[in-house]
Parts: sequence; C-alpha cells; structure tokens
Amino acid sequence: MAEFEPKIVAFVCNWCTYAGADLTGTSRIKYASNVRIIRFPCTGRIDYMLLLKAFDEGADGIIVSGCHPNDCHYTSGNFHARRRWIMFRSLCDFTGIDTERIKFSWVSAAEGAKWAEIVNTTVASIRELGPYTDYKKVAKYPEKEVIHG
Amino acid sequence: MVDLIKRAKELLESSAVKVVIGYEQGTGNKTRALFVEKTEDADKLIFDSRCIQNLAAYVTKKEVKEKGKMAIAATLPVMRSIIQLASEFQVNDNNLLVLGITPESNLIEFANLVEVETFVHQYQIEIDARNKEMLDKLAKMTSAERWKFWVDELAPCFKCYACRAACPMCYCSRCTVDFNQPQWIPVPSTELGNLEWHIMRAMHLTGRCIDCDACYNACPLSIPINLLTKRMLVDAKEHFGNYQPSLKGDNLMSTYKPDDKENFIQ
Ligand code: SF4
Ligand code: SF4
Ligand code: FES
Repeated sequence: MAEFEPKIVAFVCNWCTYAGADLTGTSRIKYASNVRIIRFPCTGRIDYMLLLKAFDEGADGIIVSGCHPNDCHYTSGNFHARRRWIMFRSLCDFTGIDTERIKFSWVSAAEGAKWAEIVNTTVASIRELGPYTDYKKVAKYPEKEVIHG
Repeated sequence: MVDLIKRAKELLESSAVKVVIGYEQGTGNKTRALFVEKTEDADKLIFDSRCIQNLAAYVTKKEVKEKGKMAIAATLPVMRSIIQLASEFQVNDNNLLVLGITPESNLIEFANLVEVETFVHQYQIEIDARNKEMLDKLAKMTSAERWKFWVDELAPCFKCYACRAACPMCYCSRCTVDFNQPQWIPVPSTELGNLEWHIMRAMHLTGRCIDCDACYNACPLSIPINLLTKRMLVDAKEHFGNYQPSLKGDNLMSTYKPDDKENFIQ
C-alpha cells in the first residue's frame, strides 16, 4: 500500500508568508508538495469557518500563517487574528477537534527557509497522525469525494 | 412586585416611557414577556424565581423600539446584557430606562446606564457549580471522547434557532446561518453542520455572552450549548483577564494587546 500522503491547506497572508513561500521557491529550496496555499490579504481576514470548511473538504492538516507581530501590512490585523486564534483553538480543543492538525506560524517575506521547515514538519507530523478520519466520518467525506470525482 | 407595578404606572402616565417590558403569568407554570403600554395592564406584571427569560432580547427588536422609549424590568443578567448592548450601540439612555431588580429582589431605578454599569460591576460573572462540574468532567476527557460527546449531544439539534432568538446578543438582522451565498452552514440538520453552527455561535458570542443561560433554557431539546459559551468565558478570563461587559466597549474580540500571550504560534 502506498504511503499516506496528507492533504494540507495553508491559509497565508499576501504580504509576508505568501511572499516568504515565493522566496522558498526562488531560492530553490525543496519542500513537501502536500500543501495547497490559499492567499489572503491579511491574517485578519482568515475566518475560522474557512478552517472548518477545509477539514470538511478533506484536509488532514491546516497551516495558518502571516506577518510577525508588529509587521502586519494593515498594522493590527495579525494582533486581532492572534486573539481569535487563541479563542478558536481553545474552542476546537473543547469540542474535540484535533488541534495538533492546525499549525499557526509567523513567516516573514524573508523567511523562505522557515516556510519550508514549517511545511515539512507539518507534513511529517500529520503523516504520523494519519488521515483525519474522525472528521471525515462526520463530514461524510467519502461520498462527497465520489461526487467531486 | 407592587413597587414595579406602581412605578410602571407612573412612568406610563407621565409618558416618560411608552412601553414597560416585564414578565406576566404564562401558560402552565411558565412566565412570559409582557409589554405594558396601557396603565391598566401594569397590574399583570409579576416577578418571581420563574422569571429567567432574558428580556434584553426584546430591546433590539424593531417592533418594540418603534413604540418609543422603553423601560425594562431587569435582573442582574438582563442588566449585564443591556450594558453589553449599549457598548455595541444598540441601546442608550434616550431609548431605554432600566428598572433593576437586585439579587435580593428589590426594585432599584437607575438614572442612566452609567449607574447600571456601576451596579453590575459589583458582581462577578460566576459559573454555577453544576456547570463547573460538567466543564471539569469534559476537560478530563480525551480529545476523542470530547469529539464524541459533542457530535452526539449536537446531533439531535434540528436548527429551530430558539437559542438564537432567546439570546440578547444575537440581534444581527442577517445571521451567518441564514446565508446561502456562500452557504456557511448546511440548512438540514447534519452532524457536521450542527457542530459548525454551534462553533460559529460560540465564536460570535465570545467576549459578549454574559452567561444568562437563556439559550439553554430556550432549547426544546435541552442541548447543553451553554457549556460552549461558558468554556469560552473561562478561557477568555484565563487569557485576557477578568471579563465584565462595559460601556467603554472594549469587547474582548474587538481589541487586542500587542503582548497577548500564547504558546502555539511557531
Ligand atoms: S449565548 Fe446564551 S448564555 Fe450567552 S448571552 Fe446568549 S443566551 Fe445568554
Ligand atoms: S434551540 Fe436547541 S434545537 Fe434549536 S437550534 Fe438551538 S440548540 Fe438546536
Ligand atoms: S498583512 Fe500579513 S498579517 Fe496582516
């Protein structure tokens, strides 16, 4: 049987992490290809409902990343986001959503190497955890997969 | 509550307010909301331990606001809700007069919302022993057990939205559950959709819920959804310090501190 390849969705802000991920590429650093990057204007725009939808659509792990504190292009988007993440993460914990599967990070436009490392370690840890079957069972994901082809 | 009836009559007679919101005897052993517009109806006003519905849910309603200045018989949770609503610009001194009912069941009238706030801040929001026990029990479970607990508890929810209707903080004219472009929450009752609906609800109430339990009391299936908001209250306290609704309007989730602490961002 082929090794399990986790599906990872990354929600990143345009100004830091997306640019950082770009740098990873232009610096020719190789990293795991399991990640699908979704670009947002700012971490402040990353609605927690979108994270739930990612799991709903079959993600096994999620990365959320943006500018370091004090570096947000819109000054305070990441400060607001950080508060929301703190509360959302504890709500996930309380409802039994696996918080190990949601990684949060600050990756600046200059941190191409850090981005590669975040992705690689996330992929490795999700590979160890296996597919997120608990969620998929409730989301009735298998039937959906057939429809989506 | 003779004092309340007397005061309601005076206020209506002098046209100081146009409607007094209070409780009356309902069907069976239940009480229900009463909207007194005519002095003679004031005699129907009652107050006792069965009056647990959060009347603050009505002060944001268009059809009530339209009547003119409102007065409201407000227990401590109702007063807390009103302060929260005032901080969100939903009520103010011009459209609402608070007839407070102290925890000792005495009537106390406030000249303005600042006085209500001062009164409310004498009391901490405390989670009752039974629910605290339940929160502890859940905290001791494994993540997988908690997942099962919530999937099972929420599965019967048939999205009647009585919990939303009962909550004073749920006054949005268009709720996220009503959106279909995009469809955030599936319309039919499904295990995952129900979970999403209640996670969304708890998130939207974080830093705003004042723990009145009206949502739980309204649920026809007695689903312990109030545990979600209670846990958010406890966690918010732990992370950001003590929480009290305040007229300054610095809601927990609409403000931040540059040095907010967490231990999970890499
Ligand atoms: S969520 Fe429930 S406990 Fe909190 S304010 Fe609304 S009705 Fe009251
Ligand atoms: S009142 Fe109960 S059944 Fe109705 S939507 Fe709320 S939790 Fe679901
Ligand atoms: S622009 Fe990157 S976090 Fe706000």
